[in-house]
Amino acid sequence: MQSSLGFPILTWIVFLPIIGMLLVLLVPLGKDERSREVSHIIMRWITVVITFIQLVLAVVIYLNYNKSLPGVNDVSTFQFVERVTWINANFPIIGQIKIEYFLGIDGLSVPMVLLTAIVCFVAVFPSFIIEKGVKGYFAMYLLLDTGMMGVFVALDFFLFYVFWELMLLPMYFLIGIWGGPRKEYAAIKFFIYTLVGSVFMLLVMIGLYYSVGSFSILDMMNPNNYKPDSIFAGMHTTIRYIAFMALFIGFAIKVPSVPFHTWLPDAHVEAPTPISVILAGILLKMGTYGMIRIAFPIFPDAVGYFQSLIAWVGMISIIYGALCALGQHKVGQRDFKKLIAYSSVSHMGYVVLGLASMRPEGISGAIFQMFNHGTITSMLFMIVGVIYDRAHTRGLDEFGGLANKMPVYTGIMMVAFFAAIGLPGLSGFISEAMVFLGAFNTYPYLTIASGLGIILGAAYMLWTLQKVFFGKLPDRWNKPWDPTGKKFPSDDLIAREYVALVPLALIIIYLGIYPNPMLSLMNTSVNYFVEFMKPFVLIGNFLSGM
Amino acid sequence: MTGENLIIFGIVVLLLPLLSFVINIFFGKKIGNKSGIVATSILGLVLILSSIVFYFKVFTSFGSKIVHKNNILWEFSDKILQLKFTWIDQQSIQLKVGIGIDNLAAIMLVVVALISFLVHLFSIEYMAGDPRYSRYFAYLGLFTFSMNGIVLANNFLFMYVFWELVGISSYLLIGFWYEKKSASDAGKKAFLVNRVGDLGFFIGIMILYFSYGTLLFDDIFSAIAQGKLPFDSETVLTLAGIFVFCGAIGKSAQFPLHVWLPDAMEGPTPVSALIHAATMVAAGVYLTARVYAMFTASALSFIASIGAITAFLAATIALTQVDFKRVLAYSTVSQLGYMIMSLGVGAYTMGFFHLVTHAWFKAALFLGSGSVIHAMHHAAHHLGDHHTDPQDIRNMGGLRRTMPWTYRTFLFVTLAICGVPLTSGFLSKDGILAGTLAYAQLTGGWHWLIPIAGFASAGLTAFYMFRLLIISFHGEPKTDVAKHTKENNWIILLPLFVLSILSFWFFYSPNPLDAHQGWFPKAIVQPKSVVPDEHQWEFLLINGYQKSEVAPHSSQISHHYLNEFEEAMHHSHYPAMFLSLLIAGTGILFAFLFYQFKIFNPDTLANQFSFLYKLSFRKWYFDEIYNATVVAFTVGFSKVSALFDLKVIDGIVNGSAWITRHFGYFIGHFDNIVIDGLVNLIANATGFFGSIVRYLQTGRVQTYVAFAVTGLVLLIYFLL
Repeated sequence: MQSSLGFPILTWIVFLPIIGMLLVLLVPLGKDERSREVSHIIMRWITVVITFIQLVLAVVIYLNYNKSLPGVNDVSTFQFVERVTWINANFPIIGQIKIEYFLGIDGLSVPMVLLTAIVCFVAVFPSFIIEKGVKGYFAMYLLLDTGMMGVFVALDFFLFYVFWELMLLPMYFLIGIWGGPRKEYAAIKFFIYTLVGSVFMLLVMIGLYYSVGSFSILDMMNPNNYKPDSIFAGMHTTIRYIAFMALFIGFAIKVPSVPFHTWLPDAHVEAPTPISVILAGILLKMGTYGMIRIAFPIFPDAVGYFQSLIAWVGMISIIYGALCALGQHKVGQRDFKKLIAYSSVSHMGYVVLGLASMRPEGISGAIFQMFNHGTITSMLFMIVGVIYDRAHTRGLDEFGGLANKMPVYTGIMMVAFFAAIGLPGLSGFISEAMVFLGAFNTYPYLTIASGLGIILGAAYMLWTLQKVFFGKLPDRWNKPWDPTGKKFPSDDLIAREYVALVPLALIIIYLGIYPNPMLSLMNTSVNYFVEFMKPFVLIGNFLSGM
Repeated sequence: MTGENLIIFGIVVLLLPLLSFVINIFFGKKIGNKSGIVATSILGLVLILSSIVFYFKVFTSFGSKIVHKNNILWEFSDKILQLKFTWIDQQSIQLKVGIGIDNLAAIMLVVVALISFLVHLFSIEYMAGDPRYSRYFAYLGLFTFSMNGIVLANNFLFMYVFWELVGISSYLLIGFWYEKKSASDAGKKAFLVNRVGDLGFFIGIMILYFSYGTLLFDDIFSAIAQGKLPFDSETVLTLAGIFVFCGAIGKSAQFPLHVWLPDAMEGPTPVSALIHAATMVAAGVYLTARVYAMFTASALSFIASIGAITAFLAATIALTQVDFKRVLAYSTVSQLGYMIMSLGVGAYTMGFFHLVTHAWFKAALFLGSGSVIHAMHHAAHHLGDHHTDPQDIRNMGGLRRTMPWTYRTFLFVTLAICGVPLTSGFLSKDGILAGTLAYAQLTGGWHWLIPIAGFASAGLTAFYMFRLLIISFHGEPKTDVAKHTKENNWIILLPLFVLSILSFWFFYSPNPLDAHQGWFPKAIVQPKSVVPDEHQWEFLLINGYQKSEVAPHSSQISHHYLNEFEEAMHHSHYPAMFLSLLIAGTGILFAFLFYQFKIFNPDTLANQFSFLYKLSFRKWYFDEIYNATVVAFTVGFSKVSALFDLKVIDGIVNGSAWITRHFGYFIGHFDNIVIDGLVNLIANATGFFGSIVRYLQTGRVQTYVAFAVTGLVLLIYFLL
């Protein structure tokens, strides 16, 4: 169904940042210090305005979104659809290639579109601290924004792949140029890791194209579209299982699920604060989104076959990630950011577990958890950024007593910390509880084991809270952060930090008390999704001997 | 007063403390010193409203009515007034929640409101001058809000939500003086130990949700009553009950998760009175009472055993502690064990009754200790003495003379906790002990250990409470600080008076020796179990007993028994009373012989039985054992995981990168030397030949002409 907004809103929301990027590139850099400073300010505010308009567009989408249409595999119930042929050519040997510019959203993607718009907007503010190569930074930032938004609205596999790769490039530079001491290592690791996933995805995509004759993800979901004797024809074939695993691993790298996760701590440690925010807040969700949008519905038979394996991956990620986070207090550089990075591994494990449940509660919980993890972890990384900007260190052992020096900061921090712990009244609790309730139906013992993650999660968070915020302030931090008072007029938060943190805190509290607005967005689609998957999953379960 | 109004009162009671939290957290700095008064006034209002709810719910009748409006279902009956609405309303998941006020909740509301109000009042003086004065009252408000939420919840979801919220407020208040590492350690410990219990609670909830698709108590209970068991198994129902009870084990500091409560004494003393003595720690008992109908006989046996072990264990530890508050903390653990044990054996009414009476006298004991510590602290401050621990009872003595009113109230509530007649403590404790006796008679075998533990703990309680009283208040002052203590002002004393007065028998029963003649057993009647008959105790079956003419409003209750258990309990009443008086009297006597008259020397005894003494003094080594096992294992395992991640998993990643890179170098060299070598070889060969041939290129026309002619000649020669 075409929405009667009168303009191609998805195209706008995806490519608006490109316009912003061009504007940023057009800003002349002054010769002297003063005019250079002015042009920096202009570039920052261009980005603020562009991402704000993008946020407004996301809200327009939210308001005009029809919650009763499922989408998933039915093009007629996708919304804001834009579909034109992009490339249609007849090549020698490989034959006809038809790629569509095919955008549309349903209940599985709307929360992600909202999340992307929110996080991209708030992450601009910590970017103000960037002093080096400001022009390149904001240009890359906006390009990244386009890539991410594109991934969440593309319905053509090729287009999806293009956006997926488009996102990779600016991320590589953002870590590699504006990162910390080991930035090159981290950037290359990130790049190659994701590229490995991309290669898997590319191979499966080509196979699917030759089997289906179209790049449309929706066409690929219908078993009747497969040409007889093509490689992916039929159901429950070994080649389909292999293809699913290839896709699953490709996406699991992005999530990241254990054991494909080690790029994440390095990337986070080296990335500048706003890039960490985007990385944890949005990029990781592309992995689980890829699963639910592509891997699962295209290979529902394989989901049934590998269902318990997927649940195990989720469970292991939850516990192992939490243990590693706890271990950061004793091992390595005791880096605050690394701890939060591992906590992401753990919290994204809940998403995988929820998806594996193949129950409406579990999958709704998983998507909601994707959204909540996006907001909560964005806050956590910004919170780390706040002290890093001031103290230029993130060592867990180097602080203490910040609660007295920065009371408001501590208060806001507590919202994020307790949300990460899963405190009721904050959004993380509801999504985790739904994941558990759903997963308990399918895998009671795995779910109970995953429950240990809740205890470990509380342990590493409270430990951090105690080390960094409680106790006595070390003497070296007794002085004001910024004696000149130019950069940090007060010891506590400054205005742009409020702008970034407070909206996220309000979202976390609001959705914790009243989650219906978010849940109702995905509800119809999730139920439809589960019903659509069910028959295949059951046969897959049977074949795997579960 | 209509039922609707009463529920709305309940909602107001729930939300007002939240208002106090919001005011103090956001405007605390602005209102400064007045935040205590603001918060206390709000709590005063809460107290008034709670009392109204209590009065009308317990003493008036509402009839039955069901109203449905605005998607909210209002249900009124004599048993409970409640409303239900759908909180999460999705096709994928529907969660109905709501609040309900039955007699249990109405009584509990007053307990929470009154103690919270008195503690607020007390804190105005006690916390004066603290740099985070308004923050303190904010947290108290958050706590009271959450606690009221637990009380009013009529479903597992709200129960769990507020359960966690009290956990957080407890965490914040224990670690209120977070500059001290011991305080923030204690808060962390409390939260984590509780999380272990809460995980069990949550597993129980998951089992129930999975089986019944709802979290409302009513719906779950009626489904069980219809014979629908989780996983069609009685064992799973028992397990679900035990899992839910795990929440109570954590929150009510039962064995084996009791270790957090004594450490929680790091918090300000009024907080200990409110949260860690009277209300929050009783939430576990409240939960157990709330879901009582779903416990099978096996689950109840488990509960009774846990309670009995806790009661005895904690009482033995309290014998040798020297920190004023820690003695009281272990006494709290022990008394909570009593309540849990009482519920487990089937003495439902008495278990909850003890919760109420204990709330008053234990809050009074803690506020009394607060009064002492406050006085000691000020005296030490006055003397410029920073070494004397104001909480160590070995530094006290003789406070009877310097703090007469604190002493008198403290003495009276000590009598109450020891179970001396004319006090409320006697009524409830005696009822519990009679219950354990009846239980042991009806079940026999190892169950006799439960009354034995109960009576033994009663004796120990009497001993350690009087030990505490005598050492700190009697005799001569042992330090200058103790000598210079002064009685506190009325803000501190008033709560002590109020709570002491509430510990008189006449509030509960006209007969100081028999609680059954009072209003309480009529208000709190054991709920009818929903468990299939064959899985519950025969003697607790309400319909299974011959003489069962249920007459809740009859004055001749003694002739009508709810069930066989109640009759047995009635018959055990006098033996239990006799025994408990004897044992408590002995305990008190020995305390005087040891510490007042010094006829026996406790130190010699400690030396003679040094193993037992150490066992008690070191709290049965629970902390050491947990640190050496669970904590060490988790921390060690986390370290190993982090290292494994760093070295092995990342090692593999970097290793494969290394291999790829070196393979790349190899290919590069191969390319450079072999392939490029070949190319260069060809090029070089070409060059070589070129260099030879180039000698022919002389650039002189004559040479070229000569070549051309030669070529032509050769051509002609070959072609022709």
